Amino acid sequence: MAATHSTTHTAHEAHAHHEPGFWRKYIFSTDHKVIGIQYGITALLFLFFGFLLMAAMRWQIAYPGEPIPVAGKIIGWLLGAEAATMIPGGIMSPDLYNAFGAMHGTIMVFLAIVPLAFAAFGNYVVPLQIGAPDMAFPRINMVSYQCFFMGGVVMLASFFIPGGAARSGWTSYSPLASMADLTNRVDGQTFWLIGMVLLITSSLLGAVNFIATIIQLRAKGMSWMRLPFFVWAQFVTGFLLLLAFPPLEAAGVMQLMDNVLDTSFFLPSGLVISGQPVDVSGGGSPLLWQHLFWFLGHPEVYVLILPAMGIVAEIIACNTRKPLWGYKALVHSVLAIGFLSFIVWAHHMYLTGMGTKISTFFQTTTMIISIPSVIILTALFLSLWGGSIRFNTPMLFALAFLPMFGIGGLTGLPLGFNASDILLHDTYYVIAHFHYVVAPGTIFALFAGIYFWFPKATGRFMSEGLGRIHFVLSFVFMNLIFGPMFLQGLAGMLRRMSDGGAAYSLAQNPGIEGALSDAIINLNKGVSMAAWGLGLSQIPFIINFFWSIKHGKKVPSDNPWQATTLEWQTPTPPPHGNFAVEPEVHRGPYDYSVPGAKSDYSPQNQSH
Amino acid sequence: MEIPYTVTPRKDTGLYNAKVGIWLFLASEVMLFGALFSSYVLLRVGAPFWPEGLLNIPIGTFNTWVLITSSVTVVMCWANLKLGNFNKARVYLGLTILCALGFVGIKTVEYNDKFTHYTIRFTNDVTAAAFLKEAYGNDDEATRSGVFANTYGVPDSKVVAKNKELPPPRFLEITGHLEGNPHFVTLKKLKAKNAETITFIPDALNQGKKEKGAAPDPAHDHKKVTVKMSELVYLSAYTPQRNTYFAIYFTLTGLHAAHVIGGALVMAYLFFTGRRWWQKAPEQYTNRIEVAGLFWHFVDLVWIFLFPVLYLL
Amino acid sequence: MGDHSSPEQLKKDIRVYLAIFVALLVGTVLTVWLYYIHIPNVKVTIAIALLVASVKSFLVAGYFMHLLSEKKVIYATLAATGFFFVALMALTLWSMNDFPKFTEVFGNK
Repeated sequence: MAATHSTTHTAHEAHAHHEPGFWRKYIFSTDHKVIGIQYGITALLFLFFGFLLMAAMRWQIAYPGEPIPVAGKIIGWLLGAEAATMIPGGIMSPDLYNAFGAMHGTIMVFLAIVPLAFAAFGNYVVPLQIGAPDMAFPRINMVSYQCFFMGGVVMLASFFIPGGAARSGWTSYSPLASMADLTNRVDGQTFWLIGMVLLITSSLLGAVNFIATIIQLRAKGMSWMRLPFFVWAQFVTGFLLLLAFPPLEAAGVMQLMDNVLDTSFFLPSGLVISGQPVDVSGGGSPLLWQHLFWFLGHPEVYVLILPAMGIVAEIIACNTRKPLWGYKALVHSVLAIGFLSFIVWAHHMYLTGMGTKISTFFQTTTMIISIPSVIILTALFLSLWGGSIRFNTPMLFALAFLPMFGIGGLTGLPLGFNASDILLHDTYYVIAHFHYVVAPGTIFALFAGIYFWFPKATGRFMSEGLGRIHFVLSFVFMNLIFGPMFLQGLAGMLRRMSDGGAAYSLAQNPGIEGALSDAIINLNKGVSMAAWGLGLSQIPFIINFFWSIKHGKKVPSDNPWQATTLEWQTPTPPPHGNFAVEPEVHRGPYDYSVPGAKSDYSPQNQSH
Repeated sequence: MEIPYTVTPRKDTGLYNAKVGIWLFLASEVMLFGALFSSYVLLRVGAPFWPEGLLNIPIGTFNTWVLITSSVTVVMCWANLKLGNFNKARVYLGLTILCALGFVGIKTVEYNDKFTHYTIRFTNDVTAAAFLKEAYGNDDEATRSGVFANTYGVPDSKVVAKNKELPPPRFLEITGHLEGNPHFVTLKKLKAKNAETITFIPDALNQGKKEKGAAPDPAHDHKKVTVKMSELVYLSAYTPQRNTYFAIYFTLTGLHAAHVIGGALVMAYLFFTGRRWWQKAPEQYTNRIEVAGLFWHFVDLVWIFLFPVLYLL
Repeated sequence: MGDHSSPEQLKKDIRVYLAIFVALLVGTVLTVWLYYIHIPNVKVTIAIALLVASVKSFLVAGYFMHLLSEKKVIYATLAATGFFFVALMALTLWSMNDFPKFTEVFGNK
């Protein structure tokens, strides 16, 4: 009965509803799919931009003090009047290096990965997978994207203001963040904070929308334990954003007050800079900033990884043609991760001199949270066992995610123990660890997702040949970049040094024990080459993406991968309102190769 | 296909969408204000002296009443809509908006008082002692402890207990007003204007938290004292940069006031579009009032904690 | 409280709301009065003030916001939020006050 009602309704709407104009359809759209694509394209552009910042920095690390060929001139031209101090003669100044470093981190985390993983895929896929006509609050959804976009614009604009962009690292530790630029009243840090407040607002609106949608708009029969794992991952991610971001918003407001109104929330008494006492009241606590920052910062790590795990789970189930191994264990693990991720944050702060009791507490919770992560990874590995695996491009990326995330995760353990962290803190080891999680980990999963859902969004496949080239080159270069960094970090090479550690090298400090050897310093050159190689290996992807929209192989049906979940049971591409007939769910999400079934997959809305 | 459960509740959750949405939003608000409260506690625990009686308690109490009243009127508005009495509900909604405006207005007066209240400090003991003698007729220990009590709003006994001995005159921060009650004056601005002297009206002694027997000395109230700019090392209004107490006070109450204004705007929208909305979709309108009310009660809840924490403790 | 649909129930509720209104006004006066009579023990003052505030917020949240008769989803969300808020405040406070004393590290010199 519900079905008939909805069909008549759709028919009625099709008549009454005239085609909206360009602005309404593509720019101010309230359709979750359009918003998802808006998020996706914006985030991919930011991903590329964030990479370019790093590509420029890698030159300075490998060849400190030498002018950057070609790019140096372009950056100088872009910076205009600031170029004389920022990049004199094409040589990157330490200030510019710091600005690029801080903005690389900020852009990659808040403007590229989170919007791509959570907002883009979440928006496009979640309502389809739960059988909903749209998000619960379509207009709030639109506002969420607009806040994100404005936040991005503010961040980009900060490069061109006097003094340049924020340069106190993506963590913006006080008092450095308030004191890094004393000549300009409104500096890059102010822009950074305003940008962050916009991005946080966007995330909060998005999180409310996602959670409400998943709670309220599940189709008939879509009980909690029938939700695809990706939806679970997004659900938990939504809660992380909802509850972990506000403390950073509070901290952001306070640091903004410190910068603009000269308060002393994070500025201690007796602060002296360049021999001059700073004219503030003092009495604040720099550690407070770190606590509030990492209260978000650590759940944020799981915001980056959980959607990726969800994507990989979907693709593995579909391409092994068998149910995910341990669906219940996966769901409970993801809930446990979400819960625990709120009480591990101070393991980023062992070197602040915290006492042994509190260090032990955070060390313990950190070790406990690795258990559900390992359960998820193990379940995904075991899902491969006995499957008849289809090695298409999305599956290749999804398979590569497993060992890459494994390396990233396991190398995190020594950082979670406070004794070993004292040695490794702030070295390239840390960089290698979290990039293994996020770059060949999450980004590979996101590529997998793009290749996997592209046919649903456009009605055409992406080229398999170009996809494989993209995969192989990316895989090789990713490992060539981040593998050597473990060695550099273990040798004691610190991060955030604009000369790539040259000042601490044996060459400049002959006979000093513990100075960085030539072999370690020279790895910089190899890593930089690999980084630029990684950039070039994205060319096949970019060509593939745009070429396939118009010229890719057409999908033979609405469900080209023969998948079970609901997003494949819609027309291609799904129209406004998504489903032609209101779906009714009769089975779990991964009914592949059910004995006795007609085909090797039974869609969730198939009743028999 | 329309989005389901925008008005009627979903069976298994028993809720309509907007109610889920607002509660999730409020959860995030709990964390936002929670983080600021945590910061308050940390700053206070770490501070050698925490001001206690610098805010106007009668006005604060009255404003608390105003906000509580608005909370009742908004719930009465919702209950009357449920009973079908739109006109009565509209009156209650109007009252709520008036209360909101009243609250913001009173808060503005309070802020204004702070922005015209000043603290000065002298270059050395001699100039400071001379000022104390001129202003209060004496520079003995009782006078200095009264001045100290003004700075932090703490009673004498606490000053002595915590400090053992009082700071020498040059470290005393003397509170009072500038002639003409100007806002946001700083030393920098005065120097830029080449001012040579200022006229300072020091506060009567022991204005802060009253202790039995420590009555203010009316004889020296509102006495004008001319101070040479060259004798001053510090001059600041009670602005956020004055100290961490005012920093957190203005941040917490400012953010709270922003919530009050936001809520009032939503209520005003519901007020002015109400009649047509009520005629077209009464159930949806009632839901919107309920959701707006939930937000409003939360704003009230935050104030219920802010008031004692900032004004009384 | 139960369900709010029947007019009789609503009229009863309105009386409850008005009673709570009075209670809230009185609670405010009580806290202020406690401030003026000035209890010498600071800890007792803080405890009483926070207790009164908690009772007031219980009344507002429980009755005005109907939290006493709300649905499971909302309870679960708020429980999680409450837990994380306590974690934020308590763990931060703990770690900021668990610094090794100078004398513990460097001896009594």
